[in-house]
Amino acid sequence: MATTPHIPYREMEESIEVSSFTHGEQEELLTLNMGPHHPATHGVLRLLCTLEGEIVRDMKPVIGYVHTGIEKTAETKAYWQAIPVVERMDYLAYFFNAMAFCMAVERLVELEVPKRAQYLRVIHLELNRIMSHLVWLGTSMLDLGAMSMFWYSFRDRESILDLFEMSTGQRMHTRYIQVGGVFEDIPVGFEEKCRAFCAAMPTRVDQFGALLDKNEILLQRLRNVAIVDEETLLQLGVTGPLLRATGNAWDLRKAQPYSSYDDFDFKIPVGTIGDNYDRFRVRMQEMKESVRIIEQALDGLPEGPYITENRKYALPPRHELATSMEALIHHFKLVTEGFRVPPGEVYEPIEGPRGEYGCFVRSDGSSKPARVHMRDPSFVNLQAFKPMVQDLYIADLIATLAMLDPVLGGIDR
Amino acid sequence: MPDATGLELLAGELREAHGDQALVGTEYFRDQARLFVAPGTVPATLRFLRDRGYSFLASVHGVDYHPEEPRLGVYYELLDMKEVDRIAVRTRVPVDDPVVPSVTPEWPTADHQEREVYDMFGVVFDGHPDLRRILMPEDYEGFPQRRDFPIGGEPILFTHNEPRLPGWWQ
Repeated sequence: MATTPHIPYREMEESIEVSSFTHGEQEELLTLNMGPHHPATHGVLRLLCTLEGEIVRDMKPVIGYVHTGIEKTAETKAYWQAIPVVERMDYLAYFFNAMAFCMAVERLVELEVPKRAQYLRVIHLELNRIMSHLVWLGTSMLDLGAMSMFWYSFRDRESILDLFEMSTGQRMHTRYIQVGGVFEDIPVGFEEKCRAFCAAMPTRVDQFGALLDKNEILLQRLRNVAIVDEETLLQLGVTGPLLRATGNAWDLRKAQPYSSYDDFDFKIPVGTIGDNYDRFRVRMQEMKESVRIIEQALDGLPEGPYITENRKYALPPRHELATSMEALIHHFKLVTEGFRVPPGEVYEPIEGPRGEYGCFVRSDGSSKPARVHMRDPSFVNLQAFKPMVQDLYIADLIATLAMLDPVLGGIDR
Repeated sequence: MPDATGLELLAGELREAHGDQALVGTEYFRDQARLFVAPGTVPATLRFLRDRGYSFLASVHGVDYHPEEPRLGVYYELLDMKEVDRIAVRTRVPVDDPVVPSVTPEWPTADHQEREVYDMFGVVFDGHPDLRRILMPEDYEGFPQRRDFPIGGEPILFTHNEPRLPGWWQ
């Protein structure tokens, strides 16, 4: 191992800085360890809280408990084999991980994605967004004591997973999005089922709202709690619903439309002051907007191929293998070696349920990526947690963590 | 994205402001613009770009160019939210002197991300307030994302190989 400048080894606990705030001589500071196994941390997140009475004075997140080295593993796989690995980073946004990775590879090989594939991608991405928000809604309301909400939101999540199972064969980690398009066309009956879901979902969101929005306990715990202004969030690199809750309408689907998002008419919900209630409302409204996008994509679904016709990157259809020698060769090369990608580096950002998923891919000209990095929004957004919860009650820390919506698989990768 | 001409104009301005040795090169690849700078001028370059509107640091990530030299690279992805424009800054450092000035004091978002690059590649960010490992265990040795770091090289303890791993309990 080459020499590196020495960095002294420190315990996590020693890195807590308490000199930044004053406290009375009678007051005692208490370091409280929350997690890594804690029902309210939404995964294996460990929080080192410094408390003065019940008030959080300092908080340090300790992460890495589910670090599985996905970025390293992806370097040993061919590009098409890396998709299922990359999908497992943020396990609630698998379509988004695969999409960012595939778009980066498509940019490297300069591959055109057929219009139908773009629409099919949008349908699944938006279903995934609703699914992710439903999990957020159920689990965060569970933290706030609204137990029945969990069952309602997971009921609707089930119907989305059923749709995924129908079109992709898997409920989670579907490997549906491929380099150049999608794996398969949607089956007969999918559209009907998807439309039925789209018809029911806005009413469901209204019902959730009726359950929660007039609940005094919920309002007291969310309103005017954990306000962080837009400027601080931008400096901390926060994107997604957290940023939009402060009134900044930054959304890559509108700002830098990719995959035909500019064909659809939808709105970007924004909040006003950036408290927990705004974060809650923004996500609720986003579900409705996603439904509108899905409906428009189903209406305007163009005919045509669902994956690129370029046989160097996409598998030939099954029936061609029996008659065409060339197809057989392409199939063999793709499955054994995979396709080669011209050397270069790209960074491809997309808008996910938690913010900007940016995939950096470096190719050295071989059939395996030389570096895959996911800029995961949960990882970056977690830094905004300390300014949110400083000088709040420890009970509000739980509510704020729920509204932050971190996914630890994405944080640790 | 600034187009190829815009990138060269930016590069020219940067050369005028910080001298010729500050800028190593430029790259315009697949509609993405990049400035390659010397490690010492990273904070100055980012400040220069911030004054031109690129005020949002989207991502900091490391790359290993093994076996090319200098091996380690650090990318800074900048974003201009008003003009919807992106530019990346890259610097490269050798493995035996992997020191890059930290940008965390000016860009708080770089905190976790620089720690991740240190953790995975061993790039030391000079001036980072709390440079520790972030994803790997605190007492871990080596930098796992480097290309010469073997995959699956770590012994996993089972009952059957316990005698073959002397001193595992220490």
